[in-house]
Amino acid sequence: MKTYLSIFSAGFVFALGLGISGMTNADNVIGFLTLTEMWNPSLAFVMVGAIGVHLILFRLILRRESPACDTVFRIPTRKDIDGRLLTGSALFGIGWGLGGFCPGPGIVSLASGSPAALLFVGTMIVGMVAFGEFDKLISRKREGYVENTSKPNTAS
Amino acid sequence: MNPFDLILATLGGALIGLAASGLLFSVGRIAGISGIVGGLLKPTGGDVAWRITFILGLLMGGVALALTGAEVFAAPAERSLWAIAIAGLLVGFGVRMGNGCTSGHGVCGLTRRSRRSLAATAMFMATGALTATIIEFFKGGIL
Repeated sequence: MKTYLSIFSAGFVFALGLGISGMTNADNVIGFLTLTEMWNPSLAFVMVGAIGVHLILFRLILRRESPACDTVFRIPTRKDIDGRLLTGSALFGIGWGLGGFCPGPGIVSLASGSPAALLFVGTMIVGMVAFGEFDKLISRKREGYVENTSKPNTAS
Repeated sequence: MNPFDLILATLGGALIGLAASGLLFSVGRIAGISGIVGGLLKPTGGDVAWRITFILGLLMGGVALALTGAEVFAAPAERSLWAIAIAGLLVGFGVRMGNGCTSGHGVCGLTRRSRRSLAATAMFMATGALTATIIEFFKGGIL
């Protein structure tokens, strides 16, 4: 119960942070991404605030052997910069600049009941599922390719 | 730009950093929204409840913000619903392919000085700025 209360609180505070910082106003985000004389720097301040606090606490937390309510820290360890990372991030950026929403503010904005937020989160989930299917298709093709080359070609 | 808005932006950002730290402290997880949501789409045992709990927290945080009556929510003024729909598809596909979004790569990854997150953040900031700036340039068109 304590575990779930702390996870819930983390989500709750995260949402408050997005709202207070102005990030649930899509025009603030679009204003940051639109490089004109009207440039809106607020997203940069949000990043500085978030990274500043997290940087200090992150180091303190990782001095522990394990998290308070679990056995291990699950922190990504990959270091390779591959085509998927860059292509995926590029596509995400295009969508971000087009709609002014990224996943967090999109989900929090559902509470406003705005058609834009509902539509964004709905299509975002469709996009996520679509990538899952695309990924399956690609890995199946790759496996097929390995299978074909491993067998000698008896037809010729 | 009102200086007060920049103070609020920094304070709100600090809350986001605090929330990410809280999740790491309690269950050792990275507060990447796209990863938390995406993990629900191919659920594995014992991995579902914490994700749903976090998302409920996000949603209830949104409800709390709405109840205060403060005007924190706004849909983009100059984007059609068609643009939003295409944007959602691109964001959903892209964040899964690139393993993260503004929170996972931008906040948590940059804090860890992850090379992957730095590359991802530079990329989505660049394509995001390019897209928004081009749209601004052609404003009044079909978008």
